[in-house]
Amino acid sequence: MNSFIRTVAAAALVAVAWAAPALAAKDTITLGVVLEPPHLDPTAGAAAAIDEIVYANIFEGLTRIGSNGEILPALAESWDISEDGKTYTFKLHTGVKFHDGTDFDANDVKFSLDRARAEDSTNAQKGLFKAIENVEVVDPATVRITLSSPAGNFLFNMGWGDAVIVAPESADGNKENPVGTGPFKFSNWAKGSAIEIVRNDDYWGSKVALSKATFRIIPDASAAIAALQAGDVDGFPNFPAPEAVPAFQADPRFSVVIGSTEGETILALNNKRAPFDNLKVRAAISSAIDRQAIIDGAMFGLGTPIGTHFAPHHPAYVAETINTWPHDIEKAKAMLKEAGFENGFKAKLTLPPPTYARRGGEIIASQLREIGIEVEIIPVEWKQWLEGPFKGDFDMTIVSHTEPMDIGIYANPDYYFGYDSKEFQAVMEKLNLTTDESARYALMAEAQKIISRDAVNVYLFELAKTGIWDARIKGLWDNSPVQANDLTGVSWSE
Amino acid sequence: MAWFLAKRLVSFAVTLALATIVIFAMLEIVPGDPARLMLGINATQDAVDALRQQMGLDLPPVTRYFAWVGGMLGGDFGRSYTYSVPVAELIGERLWVSLPLAIIALLLSTVIALPVGIAAASRRGTAADTAIMASTQLGVAIPNFWFAILLVYVFAVTLRLVPAGGFPGWDKGLLDGLVALALPAIALALPQAAILSRVTRSALVETLGEDYVRTARAKGLNRNAVLWRHALRNAMIPVVTIMGLQFAFLLAGTIIIENVFYLPGLGRLVFQPSPRTICRSSRMS
Repeated sequence: MNSFIRTVAAAALVAVAWAAPALAAKDTITLGVVLEPPHLDPTAGAAAAIDEIVYANIFEGLTRIGSNGEILPALAESWDISEDGKTYTFKLHTGVKFHDGTDFDANDVKFSLDRARAEDSTNAQKGLFKAIENVEVVDPATVRITLSSPAGNFLFNMGWGDAVIVAPESADGNKENPVGTGPFKFSNWAKGSAIEIVRNDDYWGSKVALSKATFRIIPDASAAIAALQAGDVDGFPNFPAPEAVPAFQADPRFSVVIGSTEGETILALNNKRAPFDNLKVRAAISSAIDRQAIIDGAMFGLGTPIGTHFAPHHPAYVAETINTWPHDIEKAKAMLKEAGFENGFKAKLTLPPPTYARRGGEIIASQLREIGIEVEIIPVEWKQWLEGPFKGDFDMTIVSHTEPMDIGIYANPDYYFGYDSKEFQAVMEKLNLTTDESARYALMAEAQKIISRDAVNVYLFELAKTGIWDARIKGLWDNSPVQANDLTGVSWSE
Repeated sequence: MAWFLAKRLVSFAVTLALATIVIFAMLEIVPGDPARLMLGINATQDAVDALRQQMGLDLPPVTRYFAWVGGMLGGDFGRSYTYSVPVAELIGERLWVSLPLAIIALLLSTVIALPVGIAAASRRGTAADTAIMASTQLGVAIPNFWFAILLVYVFAVTLRLVPAGGFPGWDKGLLDGLVALALPAIALALPQAAILSRVTRSALVETLGEDYVRTARAKGLNRNAVLWRHALRNAMIPVVTIMGLQFAFLLAGTIIIENVFYLPGLGRLVFQPSPRTICRSSRMS
C-alpha cells in the first residue's frame, strides 16, 4: 500500500512538473489562415494573404491603419501639411533598424516611394502614389513629399501595406525573406504548411508580448473547424466556415467575434447598357431585393445590410441610405412599368466563384423573377470574370469590393459598371482637395447619398469578419479596416 | 529488340511533344492574364504591363513555347506563378510528404489485408469468414475522405491524441512527422486494405481448389503447410498486381486526403485554389 501511495505521489509530481511550464503565461500563438500568400512582399502583389502575415508585424509604413480604420503614426513620428495641401513634411523616428541590421532613414523612404511609383514598378496599388510629384530628403530624419495636386486621403494611402518602407539593400529579396522594421522578424516558411515570425528584440518602439507567432495554412473549411477544436491552432481571425459559428458560440473555450470588413458586396449593374442605363429600372431592381434574405440564405446570417458603397463601421457612413430603396415588390413593379417594361425583360447575371456570389446570385435571381425579370445565371471563374464583366461586358454581376475607402471608383466613368455622373465627380474632386477631417466626412456623406439615390448598383451587405479564437487571447482585431492580422497588441491573459 | 526499343522511344517522344503543345495551347486559349491575376483588379494597367514584361508574357506565343520546352529539356521547369519559386523545387519539396504517405499507407494496407484475407480463405464458409467479408464490404463502401473526417473527430478533436492535420516537416524529427502522417495513412490504407483482403481471399480460395493442392494434401502435408508453401505463393500473383495498381491509386488518393488533413503534399499542390485573391474578395469563398 505504501509503495502504491508513493507511486501515485511520484506520478502526481511528474504531472505537475510537466504541466507547470504550461501554466506560466503563454507567449506564442498559432493562427490559422485560409490562403497561403504567393510571396511575402506586400509591395509586389495584390494578394490579401500577404498583408495578413506581414502588415504591421514585419513591415511598417510612414503611417498605419488602426483597428477602426483610423490613421496612426508609424515610422513617421509626426507630420506637417502645408497650407495648400500639397506639401507633406514627415518627421521620422530615429534609431530605427531594419531586421538585417541596416539603419533606417529618410533615404529609405525616398527609395521605397520612388520604387513604388517608378515606370517599371509592379506595385499592385500604384494608384496610391499617383499624386506624388517629388520625394525629397531634407535630413536623415525628415522627408518632404510634394504632391502634384492636393490629395485628402494621402495619409491614409501611406498606411496601406503596399506603401511600406523597404531598404534598398534587401528590397529584391523580400518575396522570400522579408526584411522590414516591424516588431516581428520573419523566421521560417514551410511552403504549403506554415509561416513563422519571431519577436524583434531590437525593435525601436515598445516590444510586443508574443515571442513567436505561427500562421498555419488551412484552406479546407472542415479542417479549420477540426484544427480549432483539437487545439492545433489558437484562433482563426478570418474563420472560413460560417455554418459552424453557432457551435463555437456555444463553447466557452472560444471567443467568437463578428466584425465587419471593408468588403462592400454589390449587385453591380452595367450602367452603360440598356435597360440598366435607366434609373427607373435600376431603382426597381434595388427595390426588388430583400437584403436580409440574401444574408440569411447565402451567408448564414453574417453580414451587415448596406445602402451605399461605404463600410458601416466608418464614422462617415450614412445609415439612412438603407432606406433609399426599401424592399417593396409592388413599387418595384410600378417603376418597371413606368420605365416601359411592364412585362419585365431578360438579363444575364454573371457570378464569380465566391460563395457570396454563387449562393447570393440564386436568391437574387428568384427575387428578380418576382417583378418579371428573367435572370440567366452564368457562373464563371475569376479569369473569365476579369476578361468579361470587369472589362464592361455584362448585364449584372455580384462582387465584393474589399479595398478600403474605395468609393472613388464611382468617379471613374471607365470603371466596369460605367457610372458617369458629373455631380459625383465634382464631389470627389472636392474631397481630394480637402484635408480637414470633418469637412472630408461631410463630403463622403454627400458622395454616398448620390450613388444611393442614383441606384448605381444594388448595395447588398458588408462582408463580415468572423473571428474565432481562444477566449484567453486579447488584442486581435474585431474589424478589418485593412486586411491584416496585426499582432502588435496581442497577448494571453493569465 | 533494339528496333522495338527505338520505335517505342520515338513514339514516346512524339506523345510528349504533342502533350506539351496541347497543354500550352490550352493555357493560351483560356481567358485571363496571369499578370492581372497576380496584381488584382485595382492594379493600374501600367503596373500589369510592367509585370507582363518581367515575366516575358509580352513575347509571341511561339517564342514562349520554345523557351518553356527548351527549359524543361535542360531540367528547368520554370517558376511557379503562385509561389515565385522554381517549379522543380516545389514538386521536390511536396514529394517528401506525398511519397512517404503513400508508402506508409501501402505498407499498412498490406500488413492488414494479407492476414485478414488468408484468415478468411482458410476458414471459408465459417462465421468468421462471413464477418470478415461483411466488414471488408463496409470498408470498400466507405469513402476515404469521410473516414478521414471521422478519424479526426475521434482521435484529434475528442481524444486529442494526435493533431487534426498539418505537417511539421521532417526536420522537426522523424517521430513528429510519422505522428502527423498517422491518421492520413490510416484513412488512405483502410479502404485499400478492404479491397486487397477481398482479392487475397478470393485468389486463395481459388488456388486452394486446384489439383496440385489436393495432390499436396494427398502427399500427407497438413492444411497449413499447403496453404503457406503452395497455395499462397500462387495466389500472390493477382494480389501483387492489385498492389501495384493500388500504389498509383494511393498517390492519387492523397489529393483528397491531403486536403482533409491540410498536408503540404503534391495532392494539395494540384488541387489548391489560386491564392491570387482577385479583388481581394475570396475571403468568404
